Amino acid sequence: MRMKPRSGVTVMRAEFAQAMIALFQKRRDLVFITGDVGYMAVEGIAKAYGERFINAGIAEQNAVSLAAGLAREGHLPWVYSSAPFIVLRPYEQIRNDVCLHKLPVKLVGNGGGYGFGIMGATHHALEDVGAMRVLPNMRIYVPLTAADVAQVVGMMAEDPLPNYLRLNTPAEIPGEISTFAPWRRIKRGRGGIVIGMGPVVCNLFAMGDPELLDDLEIWSVGMLPLDELPADLSAGIREKRPVVTIEEHYGACGLGEALSHLLLSQAVFPQSFTSLHAAGYPTGRYGSQRWHQEESGLSGHALRSRLHKVIHG
Amino acid sequence: MNPQDRTAECVKLEERVFSVKKRFLAMYKKAHAGHIGSSLSCAELLVLLKFAWMGQADAFILSKGHAAAALYALLAEANVLNQTQIDSYYEEGTRFPALPPVGAVKEIPFATGSLGHGLSLCAGMALGAHLNRQDRRFFCLTSDGELNEGSVWEAALFIAHRKLTNVVWLVDRNHIQGIGRTEDVMALEPLDAKLRAFGFHVVAADGHDFASLLAARDECARVLEAQNAPVAIIAETIKGHGIRYMQDTVDSHYLPMDDAQYQQALDELTNAHEAAVRGHRHAG
Repeated sequence: MRMKPRSGVTVMRAEFAQAMIALFQKRRDLVFITGDVGYMAVEGIAKAYGERFINAGIAEQNAVSLAAGLAREGHLPWVYSSAPFIVLRPYEQIRNDVCLHKLPVKLVGNGGGYGFGIMGATHHALEDVGAMRVLPNMRIYVPLTAADVAQVVGMMAEDPLPNYLRLNTPAEIPGEISTFAPWRRIKRGRGGIVIGMGPVVCNLFAMGDPELLDDLEIWSVGMLPLDELPADLSAGIREKRPVVTIEEHYGACGLGEALSHLLLSQAVFPQSFTSLHAAGYPTGRYGSQRWHQEESGLSGHALRSRLHKVIHG
Repeated sequence: MNPQDRTAECVKLEERVFSVKKRFLAMYKKAHAGHIGSSLSCAELLVLLKFAWMGQADAFILSKGHAAAALYALLAEANVLNQTQIDSYYEEGTRFPALPPVGAVKEIPFATGSLGHGLSLCAGMALGAHLNRQDRRFFCLTSDGELNEGSVWEAALFIAHRKLTNVVWLVDRNHIQGIGRTEDVMALEPLDAKLRAFGFHVVAADGHDFASLLAARDECARVLEAQNAPVAIIAETIKGHGIRYMQDTVDSHYLPMDDAQYQQALDELTNAHEAAVRGHRHAG
């Protein structure tokens, strides 16, 4: 667990900025609002958008209501900040002004999960998806890879609902995977089925246990609320295989809870159901994103041993 | 405007506000509902906006949503809502609850009442209209207790910084908030200096006197026309204005009227209305 903290957060913001600039070439109703974040990331957006780029200062409540007003006037506003700040600080504005009115405001949170690593607990977002999940009309997008981001931005621009985009450190997964979708099978396998949300899924490929990996079937969830279960996945679970969810998020209101509800409501019963999720700060110590993931049992040796236990008993 | 025309305009607005007040008092009585003091505090401000200031394309946000009955009554007076609609106030299944709802009519662009949202929403709509190259104005009425909310000051910073001269911010300064007086709970004074320091051109007005309110309107219009500063009107008002037992009391925020109180309210409002009309004619 003694890893050197990384000095910066790369996440997906470069891809996001490029996608926003490209999108502006196609439609001119976009307004980009930043909560005074995005150093070395949003400068290109500012240049491209001109008066449609607004640095609204470190004032997220105003920024979100502002976006609701802009949407009411026919614009498509994107509000960008760090994940904890765009979700939690203006939460009532998101509920009242955006979601209750079903306005197409696009909230973008950079550094989902432990994405801001050594910055510490105030800068982490371990409850963002859950907080957004319970709001009416809200649809959440969680890209897996850097290549997903442009596609997700395009989908969000066409989505008439309020959206939350959770950016994170992009996953590097060996081999080719299909384009972004609400459900994606990342890898076939005959053993346990692991269903993950976001780039934490890539940790399954870096456990250093080829036999275990070979056995796993891996799916990625890209959008919440969950769509209907894909037939292939449903059939696989009905074969009484163990199901494991993995997410860089607290267990409460996360993917595990959402999926368990879906499975129960559709009478799809796995052999067992295990949620692997963020543990918060069990030792009161801080480190890089990877360090926190490992402390939560979401990467490395800890992940490997938990999966062994679930799948092989 | 010559003095005769100004007098005539004031008298016309007095007739409107008398009608609006009678409408919402009837609504409150039928519903056995509170928040009467909030509506009486801002009735003249609402009438000023709807009948002497706003154009068809302009928009208004009642950030102090507790005065929704006054807004519904105003919209009925303007033939936007019909009697059946305002009669449904507080009824089970109504589209017109105690605070402004989502999506009932376009004249209520946002559900409000959770305090501290309206000014930002107004700024967003104003910015949106500016980006659309539309010459429209956006009016927001906040209470004074509402100014405890930090988000109001975020909005104020933003409006001033961007010099949004298509926004008019009105403060219903009745000096009473949730369970106490504003200066006892969390002092706001000197409020005018605070708003000026933020960059607003601040206009003081008597919120129950149409001559004063029309003068404030004209001053705001001049400043906005010159495009040199956003404007805010601090309207000195009295919660429960015009009804002796309610005036300037916290109770008037909460308590409904019994039959005798309702009759007293109507009688006193009638007397006050007649006196106000006489006053305008005398002054004119």
